[in-house]
Amino acid sequence: MNARLLPLCALLLAAMPAMAQVTAEQLLAPGSQPDNWLSYSHDYSNQRHSPLTQINTRNVDKLKLQWVWQAHSLEKFEATPLVVNGVLYTVQAPNDVVALDAVTGRIFWTYSHQPSPARTCCGRVNRGLAIVGDTLFMGTVDAHLLAIDAKSGTLLWNAVVADAAAQYSITMPPLVVKDKVYIGTAGGDLGVRGFIAAYDVKTGRQVWKFYTIPAPGEPGNDTWTGDSWQKGGAAVWNNGAYDASANLVYFGTGNPAPDWDGRTRLGDNLYSDSVVALDADTGKLKWHYQFTPHDELDYDSTQVPVLADIPWQGKPRKVMLWANRNGLMYVLDRLTGEFLLGKPYVEVNWMDGFDAKGRPHRAPGIVPTPQGTLVRPHVHGAINWAPPAYSPRTGLFYVAHWEHSGIMAIEGQFPQSVGINARQTTMGDVTLEPFLNNDDEARGVIRAYDPATLKPKWEYKLGNITWGGVLSTAGDVVFSGGKDGYFVALDAKGGKLLWKAALGGQVNAGAMTYAVNGKQYVAIAAGAALFTFALP
Amino acid sequence: MGGTRWYRILALLCLLGGGLLGGSPLVMAQHATGSDVFSGEQAFQNSCANCHGKTGNQIANVDLGHGVFRKPYSDADLTDIVMKGIPGTPMPATPSMSREQAVQIVAYLRSRALVKDAGAGGDAARGKALFAGKGQCLTCHRVNGEGSRLGPDLSKIGLLRNSAQLAVSLLDPGSEVQPTNRTYRITTKGGQRVTGRLLNHDAYSVQLLDEQEQLRSFMRADLRDEGFAPSPMPSVRGALSDQEVADLVQYLTSLRGVSPP
Repeated sequence: MNARLLPLCALLLAAMPAMAQVTAEQLLAPGSQPDNWLSYSHDYSNQRHSPLTQINTRNVDKLKLQWVWQAHSLEKFEATPLVVNGVLYTVQAPNDVVALDAVTGRIFWTYSHQPSPARTCCGRVNRGLAIVGDTLFMGTVDAHLLAIDAKSGTLLWNAVVADAAAQYSITMPPLVVKDKVYIGTAGGDLGVRGFIAAYDVKTGRQVWKFYTIPAPGEPGNDTWTGDSWQKGGAAVWNNGAYDASANLVYFGTGNPAPDWDGRTRLGDNLYSDSVVALDADTGKLKWHYQFTPHDELDYDSTQVPVLADIPWQGKPRKVMLWANRNGLMYVLDRLTGEFLLGKPYVEVNWMDGFDAKGRPHRAPGIVPTPQGTLVRPHVHGAINWAPPAYSPRTGLFYVAHWEHSGIMAIEGQFPQSVGINARQTTMGDVTLEPFLNNDDEARGVIRAYDPATLKPKWEYKLGNITWGGVLSTAGDVVFSGGKDGYFVALDAKGGKLLWKAALGGQVNAGAMTYAVNGKQYVAIAAGAALFTFALP
Repeated sequence: MGGTRWYRILALLCLLGGGLLGGSPLVMAQHATGSDVFSGEQAFQNSCANCHGKTGNQIANVDLGHGVFRKPYSDADLTDIVMKGIPGTPMPATPSMSREQAVQIVAYLRSRALVKDAGAGGDAARGKALFAGKGQCLTCHRVNGEGSRLGPDLSKIGLLRNSAQLAVSLLDPGSEVQPTNRTYRITTKGGQRVTGRLLNHDAYSVQLLDEQEQLRSFMRADLRDEGFAPSPMPSVRGALSDQEVADLVQYLTSLRGVSPP
């Protein structure tokens, strides 16, 4: 070797490459990483439950602000951060990835993606990242999937998932399992044909693609009339789940399009408003369950699936808990898709019961009419996309949702200047009038449910509606927030308010928690900033 | 390529105030830095490219992109022409342009003259092999996800630097270091020494990517001393032949960023 290059060798010895930050095995065993928060809802089960206990019911009232990071964006801050070994990764809307010191909030690096002027139904937002190895993944509002080096913030690959000019966009956090990263798109209100696609984490090459609306000749296409399937929506725009024992990934799908007018798409409109269970390796459909067949009320089923192992009629059972936008709460067998239990958890008037297989029976007349029809729940639903939580310690399912919400749906007056986002052109010939007309209407509530019965165990009333998610910890504390800008800590067993902080901005995200050097932190986005709290 | 030619080019690039070399199409403007060249390119594209073309060859018998002028000019001559134009020709005066800008444009044009030579005769495939092998460049640099993060990521360096600039970086790496690539060294009050690439700092804290490629943050109150350290990149002078340098330059100029999968 040339002696002139010896200094390079010395440098090489001094700079042995670090081990990968997050292995696929660690993602499968989150208990091995108690200090970290490695995926959108903590782990593949989406229980959004942390094993950290330093902050608990006895001391949570002593929480103090540690640092605030202000995003340079006026879009809604919907992202849940990831934390890996003291580095916090989050997204500044629409698509800037930021690496922060999780102790001080100081920036290590920023990667900025400048999306094309893509059209989104409901804001140029982003809900977060995924990570495996040293690679972060982010979907963009112009429907790209990016792989970014977590140490340096450099772009590794940039895959075009769909054509933004055809109304596709991405707001969801990707899901990473083993060597694949899964992503879907938004655009269901704009008449796209939804899908979920898997990409190779190393190369960015697409491995498989599952359309959430079957093509002609495929089972389920006969649930659409004419060519309505081509622009039928059923978009996938929120986080999925993974069951390693069955090697299944689960995703919820959005509304069929046009949202509020089903006359051009007669039939059940599979697989809109459904949960689909797909083989993680091949994308083959294993089972599905449709929450709202032939939806004409915009009840996306893109909520985060929560997986739990619970006693069911005296035996352990692998279930999926689902608080749906349509006002119904469900327990499904996640291996087979069997409907185990379903019941309204808010005031519901669009259905009046289930058949033996769990198909809802539609109440007659709850569709838009020229005279106007009161629909419950509201177009935003009992819950929209905000992530719930489940504590294996208390066995309770925690959901922040809207209570007593309704809306007047009127046929034949679209477009009007009131009530509806005028961009939602595939809504159909319908106007939606807000119907929040007395003090007891449309408030927010954080409620704990017994998954065996879906009966509420306790509730905490919020001062306004909520778009916030829920965090559960092994300190038996539940954290959440709402539109009124309060971030609250509740006793996980009884719902008692233990602590609150006025953050001065709407909570549009789920809280998360992590630890660095033995100190536990709780982080929540509110307004345009990320707030972090810890004990003194 | 002659064995001493690289050193001569480098010497010419680095000479300050020589005043002897103006007029040669192979010589960069005096005092020129990479920053001057960059600013000069922007000014050229804004003020000159409309007539001369983006690469400077739009007018017959003039190829500014390769140092071909109507006759040999000194830097001072060219600076005057940029500012005052050439009477009786379509080349107008530019009264709004400062002398500093004109000098930067000349620096850019002189650097363009070197572009052809810096990578001339080089082979990108051989350069790639050198990069990963004998040159040990991956020890500190990263290209398309391979290599170390200690030095700058070079995945799209071909879009950011021309071959002359790359040759300078290989032969005299300490001559100019981008602010985002500076090496910083801290010693904690406990005696721990950490060296890395400085990512961020404020009145109370310092953020580095350390030699183990870990993102590290330190409170200044916990430090005994701190400061910039010399660039750890060694010169390839004497370690690689002229041909090998040309190969490396050719390879580096070929790096244009991430391709869609």
